[in-house]
Amino acid sequence: MKYALIPLLPFAAFIVIGLFGHWIRERAHWIAVPAVAGSFLLSLFTFAEIANGPPIHVTLYSWITSGAFDVSIGFYIDRLTAVMLLLVTIVSGLVHVYTIGYMHGEPGYARFFAYVALFTFSMLMLVMADNFLQLYVFWEAVGLCSYLLIGHWYDRKSACDAATKAFVVNRVGDFGFGLGVMLIFVTFGSLQYDQVFARAILVDSQTINLLKPLGGEWLIGTLTVICLLLFAGAVGKSAQVPLHVWLPDAMEGPTPISALIHAATMVTAGVFLVARLAPLYNLAPAAMDVVAVTGGLTAIFAATIALTQNDIKRVVAYSTVSQLGYMMMACGLGAYTAGIYHLLTHGAFKALLFLCCGSIIIALHHEQDMRRMGGLKDKLPITYWTMVVGSLALSGFPFTAGFFSKDEILVEAWSSGPLGQVLSVVGLLTAFLTAFYSFRLLFVAFHGESRVDPRYREHVNEPSPTMTVPLVILAVLSIVTGYLEIPLFLVPTPPAPGGVAGFSPPLGGDVGTWTMLVASLMGIAGIVAAYIIYVRSPMLPQRLAEKWKQAYALSFNKWYVDELYDRTIVKPTVDLANGLWRKVDVAVIDALVNGVGSATMLWGRTMRLIQSGEVQHYALAMALGAVVILGVYLLF
Amino acid sequence: MIPLSYYMILSAIVFVTGVVGVLIRRNIIMILLSIELMLNATNINFVAFSYYLDNIAGQVFVFFALTVAAAEVAVGLAIIIALHRGKATVNVAELNLMKW
Repeated sequence: MKYALIPLLPFAAFIVIGLFGHWIRERAHWIAVPAVAGSFLLSLFTFAEIANGPPIHVTLYSWITSGAFDVSIGFYIDRLTAVMLLLVTIVSGLVHVYTIGYMHGEPGYARFFAYVALFTFSMLMLVMADNFLQLYVFWEAVGLCSYLLIGHWYDRKSACDAATKAFVVNRVGDFGFGLGVMLIFVTFGSLQYDQVFARAILVDSQTINLLKPLGGEWLIGTLTVICLLLFAGAVGKSAQVPLHVWLPDAMEGPTPISALIHAATMVTAGVFLVARLAPLYNLAPAAMDVVAVTGGLTAIFAATIALTQNDIKRVVAYSTVSQLGYMMMACGLGAYTAGIYHLLTHGAFKALLFLCCGSIIIALHHEQDMRRMGGLKDKLPITYWTMVVGSLALSGFPFTAGFFSKDEILVEAWSSGPLGQVLSVVGLLTAFLTAFYSFRLLFVAFHGESRVDPRYREHVNEPSPTMTVPLVILAVLSIVTGYLEIPLFLVPTPPAPGGVAGFSPPLGGDVGTWTMLVASLMGIAGIVAAYIIYVRSPMLPQRLAEKWKQAYALSFNKWYVDELYDRTIVKPTVDLANGLWRKVDVAVIDALVNGVGSATMLWGRTMRLIQSGEVQHYALAMALGAVVILGVYLLF
Repeated sequence: MIPLSYYMILSAIVFVTGVVGVLIRRNIIMILLSIELMLNATNINFVAFSYYLDNIAGQVFVFFALTVAAAEVAVGLAIIIALHRGKATVNVAELNLMKW
């Protein structure tokens, strides 16, 4: 089964490195890289097959059968899955190669490769799933890998905290996801995509009374509830408002992980989910609106935060959140193809940006604060130029990949009705901010005078080819993916009746031209603004910050969302847990258990005195006992 | 003919002598002998009832009891010798290791 080999090759790498990592150590990449390369080649063949033929649906084996509950492990590979397969294997492969240089000499080298391989396996299984349970299992599995890899440097408290935070925040969303999967089974009696989608239209009129336990009545369409519950999972995984807080903290993990998991693949799983379930979402317009508004809100919200952050990885992280919002917005407006298109181009240029950051970080001996960079342009030429390409693509500069995909989203949004028009204005504003902060990062880090720590200033040089080659490949991809007509490719021709895709062809048309114009103007304006503020007059940023002190503080402190959650959720929960520990666990349960123990010991200590060890005492007791028994027998 | 009750009284006297001997003597050999007394008290009972009930089974039982008692004394004395080698005493008050 060549399809099964696509995920199983990385899994085999995980098993081998995981079990024998102790001996493999610095040779781990000799196992992991060929495995991922193999699954890339197989994905390429599969892609060619899908491009010229119908979707592939194979069932590997029956996993759980219990009455009406029947789940199998299977693959459903259509055009959406095919492009995701390519994205995952390409980015994963490049990140594997990059890691060889980045993690060189780290103590957890083999462990890192094992987890990255496990992640690649889980992500491939997630996109290839043909039923909701398999989707859910691997949805959790990628979350687990994310947790393990964020906490890679587990001796750092901040890394452990960030890993825990990512896991817990995701759990909030995944709770909704789990409920959604259960509701799907209750409603449809099946968890297979094809069966659920085929019956979706039949349950369109069904409603659920949400206030039933309270005796009230509040009827909501079953499909709407399902879609909203599943979207809760997507909000967590794709770091949408209000569950976006984990992603910036996840930057505690090694940079290759930020590029692979927290930019290109795992965080886009939420967008993939919505696109994969398009047939359901199409029938739940209310849920679609929620998706679109959440996406739009996230896009602009994260962009405002990215403006003032000083940690280079955090800037890129917030831009990831913002771009994910973009994709989510597109999906919510029914422009699934545009959303997935942006997902792919974003996967290329955001992975590139993260890897560039990693290259800077390595060159500067783990310095991440952009205030202590500057003037790196001549010392890191490859990193600089690839980062320019990445930033241009992110800003939607004409003729880069980001330009085409962002434009696609804005056009589709504008032509999808009044909500879409409001959101496309939000999108345009975000595009300006995006261009501004990504070039702020570029200018502050690479231009101007060097503010690098004098100890390292002389030794800043380009990292090894294993790190620069992936940069160049991704830079090429950041341009090329724009010319691949992916939105048209994603819509199957002719549309399969009751098929899984449920995508409508892109609209385009006359709105396209001027949206394109405005969007690229916005991007260019952002770049120019960043140039004026950060290159021409380096004193301006400080004056601006002082002038709009409150706005600056709001953005710098991430709108105080973390503080808000800390006060309202984290602290009460921790206090409650502490209280339960001290008052209930120690004072009641432990006391009860220890009490039983000490009472038994006390009784034993008393009773053992009877055992004198002298035969005659025992004999006397026996004789007296016999007399007593005899007496009782005779008298009564 | 001697009444049965005489035998019973004799047997009871011998048995109580044995019990008291086990309880109050300190010499382990005397305790072993007292146990033999108790065994023989029951043998007297067996023989007496056998005679009065005209049933030979009681006397057969006594032969078995005597044989077992002989074997038991042999084992008991062997244990006492082993104990004596270890502790150099026959006083049971000093043989009180089997406790907490």
